[in-house]
Amino acid sequence: MTATTVDQATAINDNRRRRLNQVLVEGRALIALAIIIVIFASLSPNFLAPENLIIMTRQVAFNAIVATGMLLTILHGGIDLSVGSTLGLTGVIAGTLLEGWQVPLTQLTAFPSVWVVIVAALSIAALVGWINGVAIARLNVAPFIATLGMLFMARGMALVISDGRTFTQLRGSPELGNTGFLTVAGGRLLNIPIPVYVMIAVAIAVSILLNRTPYGRWLYAIGGNARAAELSGVPTKKVIIRAYVLSGICAGLVGLLLTADLVAATPRAGQLYELNAIAAVVIGGAALSGGRGTVRGTLIGAFVIGFLVTGLVLVGVSVFWQQVITGAVIVLAVALDQAQQRFVGRERTARSAKEPPDRRGDGPQDDKEVATTAS
Amino acid sequence: MAQQTLLQARGIVKNFGHVRALRGCDFDVYPGEVVAMIGDNGAGKSTLVKIVAGVQPPDNGELYFDGEPVTLADPTEAQALGIETVYQDLALAPDLDPAANLFLGREVLKPGLIGKLGFLDTKAMTAKTLAAFKNLGAGVQSATAPVATMSGGQRQSIAVSRAATWADRLVIMDEPTAALGVVQSRAVLELIRRVRDQGIAVIIISHNMPEVLSVSDRVEVLRLGRRVAQFVTADTDMEALVAAMTGARVQEDAG
Repeated sequence: MTATTVDQATAINDNRRRRLNQVLVEGRALIALAIIIVIFASLSPNFLAPENLIIMTRQVAFNAIVATGMLLTILHGGIDLSVGSTLGLTGVIAGTLLEGWQVPLTQLTAFPSVWVVIVAALSIAALVGWINGVAIARLNVAPFIATLGMLFMARGMALVISDGRTFTQLRGSPELGNTGFLTVAGGRLLNIPIPVYVMIAVAIAVSILLNRTPYGRWLYAIGGNARAAELSGVPTKKVIIRAYVLSGICAGLVGLLLTADLVAATPRAGQLYELNAIAAVVIGGAALSGGRGTVRGTLIGAFVIGFLVTGLVLVGVSVFWQQVITGAVIVLAVALDQAQQRFVGRERTARSAKEPPDRRGDGPQDDKEVATTAS
Repeated sequence: MAQQTLLQARGIVKNFGHVRALRGCDFDVYPGEVVAMIGDNGAGKSTLVKIVAGVQPPDNGELYFDGEPVTLADPTEAQALGIETVYQDLALAPDLDPAANLFLGREVLKPGLIGKLGFLDTKAMTAKTLAAFKNLGAGVQSATAPVATMSGGQRQSIAVSRAATWADRLVIMDEPTAALGVVQSRAVLELIRRVRDQGIAVIIISHNMPEVLSVSDRVEVLRLGRRVAQFVTADTDMEALVAAMTGARVQEDAG
């Protein structure tokens, strides 16, 4: 039974190597983050000041929340280009309700309380996501097209509802009982801004969803091999629709948070947010083809982008150059990811070539490390 | 053979536009046997398998399971009867580990309140997966590395183990060794024998005649969308099989 012991030994060895690799892969984005922090900390003494860190993290939170929703759609092999517009629409809905909603066909103006405003705005965001999902899963519209259409529609609706104007009377009044929105969504708790708490809560919730529930498995399965998932009895259409609903809700959350943060709801809020979110997901190691990506990676990706942009501002780099640098970092991050996968792939081929051909279990246990890059 | 058939297909017709894939095809499987389905390209093997697996409905004809007429609207209905299929493209999710693949669509939840909230019992699923691999002698050591990283033989072993775990009555395998090397093929054929030894019938589609002769109990030959011959493997040879496949020899009563 020496064979078994040897096999067990290789298995343990592989496990160890796999874990090491996992650290390295996740590390890639973390190393990038560390480099950014070191560079900017040495260039600007204010970079690591507690208050600056808090402000930067608050900025990161907006993108990170949207990106976490985006991750769900990318995992199934899709994409959600409409999140920026959904964000703007949600803000406008909240603004309209807080300033007082003219009930159609009547002379009445409604002043719903804050929790009603929040639930209503998020419901609209979920509805937008649901329409995306139905178009993609039931009507077979390509995700890129369906959500590109929604990008225009949701932005258009935001402009229609607001008539292009910005809502600034968001405080409410005690007589109407609709005060508190700015405190709930824009305040601080223990000197940490609310958006940071929301980011942590969303990240934990989505992480649990992906790793501890059948839904997460189904989403990864669909992204890897949609046909296999369907043949296994996975309700693929429902799973996909739900991913877009969740993405819409995440965008809606940021719509509310950003509105409170700016103390203004503008129909143009959230433009280009979809691109920042996609960048965060991709820097975090997700594959646009689906099946691969984690919440942790996405968060790190959001921090890389956020710290980079704020750092450039602090150091005094011009806005124009900021865009050039941000774009270069995105491409570089993905290029590194690809290079690393090629490297691991080569290593694996080399090793399996050395293996005796008659080994039981058909050789390439060593490939597990590719797996790690892939997970 | 007076024995009751496990699965019987009678007069199955399936057209794809102008292509007549099956033109009144019959097929029989008896309990606990390995039956090989052979035929040249375009004979209708894959189409017939998809109909039996519930992936496609036939245009005409009847299916009987345990002698009872059945209609299979989708794969889950076939699965409910105890029929599992190993598809040619394996139908595994590459980014999930073997345990997740084995339980895909049939996830086990934690007992008690946590399970009611929808949380997975990963430990139980991993343990059951390893037990299934051991039971079938599948050469897969790890239940926790993504399938994408494993060799073709390991993946095929996972797919077969998955089918054997859930099938009570019948496993269908569409060219299970087509993409495998000699050693890996031998391991999969051994796996097929063990599945049969557990009392589960197996339909195997194959182009490899020595393999068919070595693993099957019976052979049914399709040609141009019809069954043209039935053989008991022990009483036949490669020449007879090839003659039936190419139409050089015709069995009168196979119709």
